[in-house]
Amino acid sequence: MSELDFSTTLGPAWFPTPVFTASGCASSGKELSQFFPLNAIGAVVTKSIMLKARPGRPTPRMAETPSGMLNSIGLQGPGIDAFLANDIPWLLEQNARVIVSIAGENVEEYSVLARRLRSVGGISAIEVNISCPNVENRGLVFACDPNASRAVVDGVRRTLGGDIPIIVKLSPDVTDITEIARGVVDAGADALSLINTVLGMVINVDTMRPHLAGKTGGLSGPAIRPIAVRNIYQVHQSLPKTPILGMGGVRSGRDALELILAGASGISVGTATFSNPVTIINVQKELRELLAAKGFASLRDAVGFAHRNE
Amino acid sequence: MSSINRHAKHITATVVGNKRIGQYHQILLSVGDIVQSTHPGNFVAISVGGENSAMILRRAFAISRISHRSDKGDGTMELIVAPHGSGSRWLCAQPEGASLDVIAPLGTAFGIPTAPAQALLVGGGYGSAPLFGLAEVLKSRGCRVDMILGASTASKIYAPIEGKRSVNSLKIYTEDGSAGISGKVTDPIPGLIQEGVVDVIYSCGPMAMLAAISRIANAAEVVHQCAVEESMACGIGVCMTCVLPVENSEGETKMLRSCIEGPVMDGANVQWELVGKVAK
Repeated sequence: MSELDFSTTLGPAWFPTPVFTASGCASSGKELSQFFPLNAIGAVVTKSIMLKARPGRPTPRMAETPSGMLNSIGLQGPGIDAFLANDIPWLLEQNARVIVSIAGENVEEYSVLARRLRSVGGISAIEVNISCPNVENRGLVFACDPNASRAVVDGVRRTLGGDIPIIVKLSPDVTDITEIARGVVDAGADALSLINTVLGMVINVDTMRPHLAGKTGGLSGPAIRPIAVRNIYQVHQSLPKTPILGMGGVRSGRDALELILAGASGISVGTATFSNPVTIINVQKELRELLAAKGFASLRDAVGFAHRNE
Repeated sequence: MSSINRHAKHITATVVGNKRIGQYHQILLSVGDIVQSTHPGNFVAISVGGENSAMILRRAFAISRISHRSDKGDGTMELIVAPHGSGSRWLCAQPEGASLDVIAPLGTAFGIPTAPAQALLVGGGYGSAPLFGLAEVLKSRGCRVDMILGASTASKIYAPIEGKRSVNSLKIYTEDGSAGISGKVTDPIPGLIQEGVVDVIYSCGPMAMLAAISRIANAAEVVHQCAVEESMACGIGVCMTCVLPVENSEGETKMLRSCIEGPVMDGANVQWELVGKVAK
């Protein structure tokens, strides 16, 4: 059997395998390093970092739902200074490939964050998270507004120049995801992350109030996989040359293949890491075997394969 | 490698015992040699519902006791489970011989005094479970161990007969007076502190009880180690859902993860009045 080419690219960034952590589901890697070597996967996508340290939302922050969960963390994090001082050097020491996810409170903050990252060596790409649903002001979900999305990406692109690839993470909570996608690609995105969580709510029938302190939360897990597949499929159809980092309810090689067939060039494993810290390693192994079993010579040949003869 | 989760192993454990005790189930798991790195206060995270379950998250349970047969390299772990949700009901229905997907040991452990001390162990409901394993360790280090357990009613007290051997005294408090002394488990604590028989307090149980003990311990300047309970999705520090507001040595309040920076925390540092409120 000839060796399967399992490598992938997201714009100019090359990765030996196409399976990544998902932002917000792996912290900055330290916690998972007990369970697998971080350099064994495509890249660690770090939890979205903001300019300043942020305490996040009060508890309850979580509710399990059928085949999924709601979270409302509110971007708790140490802020960019502590992140650059502690987390990045540690990750690079592990020889991990790193995609840094950033989130800003306004358009300028994204550029400031990009400027801080521009001079840091060893970062494979920057994920621009314009779609976190757990911010106090829903108006901050830039990904719901084509103009705001473009403005953020335009600012980051200008700041970074051409050095570091930009992946833009979009929300499925929009009427037409292809319109948002087209806008950020025009503004300079090299690739897209699809999808962020889906906004949801659980009401506690004992207290008869919203269960989460933040009232609404982001739905993730296998429950949202068909939504991810649909979004990836539509965006790939509309923008076939733009690489997609696909995510949403992947917990097996079979699930990963489904997103790849829809048009994803890479896969992030998120919520499944909560239930099993080595899911990402299992997904990687199963996906490789599945691609070979289906007769693909390379991962690249399977990307968007569900669109053939359309 | 980081030090976080450094003893945690992902294993398949076998149910070797499942016995109903009052409102709870005492579940005994064969877990191999991970008991050697397991200490009182640590917890386990268990997958529930089987392979195709819609319950995607692990359930966390305090480890009540461990035993180790050094000749066979086989250790067992005891859990006390209240079947109050669909996940814990599934676990309580597992027969002897069933295999479980387990990650353990997780979290911080109770600190053990370096010299013999007088320890007061306070448990609420089945929160008493990990205190029996702790009592055994304290006794073996020459500590005096007094235990007080409380619950709303008698059937919610967990106090196994064999556990009573590892304590010097055990008193039960129920709010409805159906067992032991009528009242709250926190009622006798100020008096015991005043008598000078309490060097350190260990507690586990509902958050309101832990908060009340912290107020008493703070006022009397007695060390109070409590095992907190906050709902968690991952148990390994990546999901950020189980946080509590805790003051650090610089006087700043940070949202700390009760899975890796707990469950055992210094009660004096937890900002109980801020739990569930907007963080500073």
